[in-house]
Amino acid sequence: MLTLSTQLNTYLFIGAMLFGFGVFGLVRRPSLIGMLIAAELVLCGASVNFMAFNRFLAPDPTVGQIITLFIMAIAAAEAAIVMSIIIAIYRNYKSIETEDLADLQG
Amino acid sequence: MNLSISPDIVPIFREGIFFGLLIVTVFGALLATLAKRMTRAILGLVVCFIGIAGLYFFLNSHFVALMQLLIYVGAVAITICFAIMLAQPDEMKMAAKTPALAGPFAILLGGAVTWVLASTAMKATWMAPALKVNEGTVKQVGASLLTTYSMVFELVSIVLLLAILGALVIARSGRDKIEC
Repeated sequence: MLTLSTQLNTYLFIGAMLFGFGVFGLVRRPSLIGMLIAAELVLCGASVNFMAFNRFLAPDPTVGQIITLFIMAIAAAEAAIVMSIIIAIYRNYKSIETEDLADLQG
Repeated sequence: MNLSISPDIVPIFREGIFFGLLIVTVFGALLATLAKRMTRAILGLVVCFIGIAGLYFFLNSHFVALMQLLIYVGAVAITICFAIMLAQPDEMKMAAKTPALAGPFAILLGGAVTWVLASTAMKATWMAPALKVNEGTVKQVGASLLTTYSMVFELVSIVLLLAILGALVIARSGRDKIEC
């Protein structure tokens, strides 16, 4: 019987996939909020990788969990900062499109 | 009446639930990156986070799974919701102005990154550890968070404090100009 849930490769693949989705969204999205959502996906892909190695390969299985908790704290701080930057940009430019945020012509 | 489940069916149930979680995660990530309306993209992000929390349960880390739900679904997604409500991102109108090559280039880049990472991971041969020092229970995570990693723990709290203060300062600047 195929057991996906006990194999390291499944988790590594899903982590790589989330990272790829994040890069895809970062390039594709025309607005800053879309890019913020994609950046969260990138961080999640990294977390899944840490947790997979932590469960299957690490001699001390607390390390990966603690690093994942730190990644979550950094992601929360990043979301708060990016939200305030988005609000400041919206107040100055009346837009959050990446195409509009240029003062110099070129 | 006998309600006990036969032991043969338990792994099938487990794999079914795991496969469902994989589908939920990928579907959420697709929705988060492809949806035209930003509120739907947020919903996709939440669905993706819930799927990942389920994967963490399968990885024997119940505490991190709960933290995933609490911090990502509860705090980060709501923060992005506030950003949407305060800045009105109309991606319907934006789509006309974006360069035509952005979509195909994004698919190419994302696909290449996924392919390289996944194929490297599949080809590598990992060595399992000789012995596990502990089981990674919540108690042990808490103990090492407050002994081995206590310095990092304190630094993260300072980072969070600075992030809150910085967010307030950045979002407040320019506000008085409009009112005066």
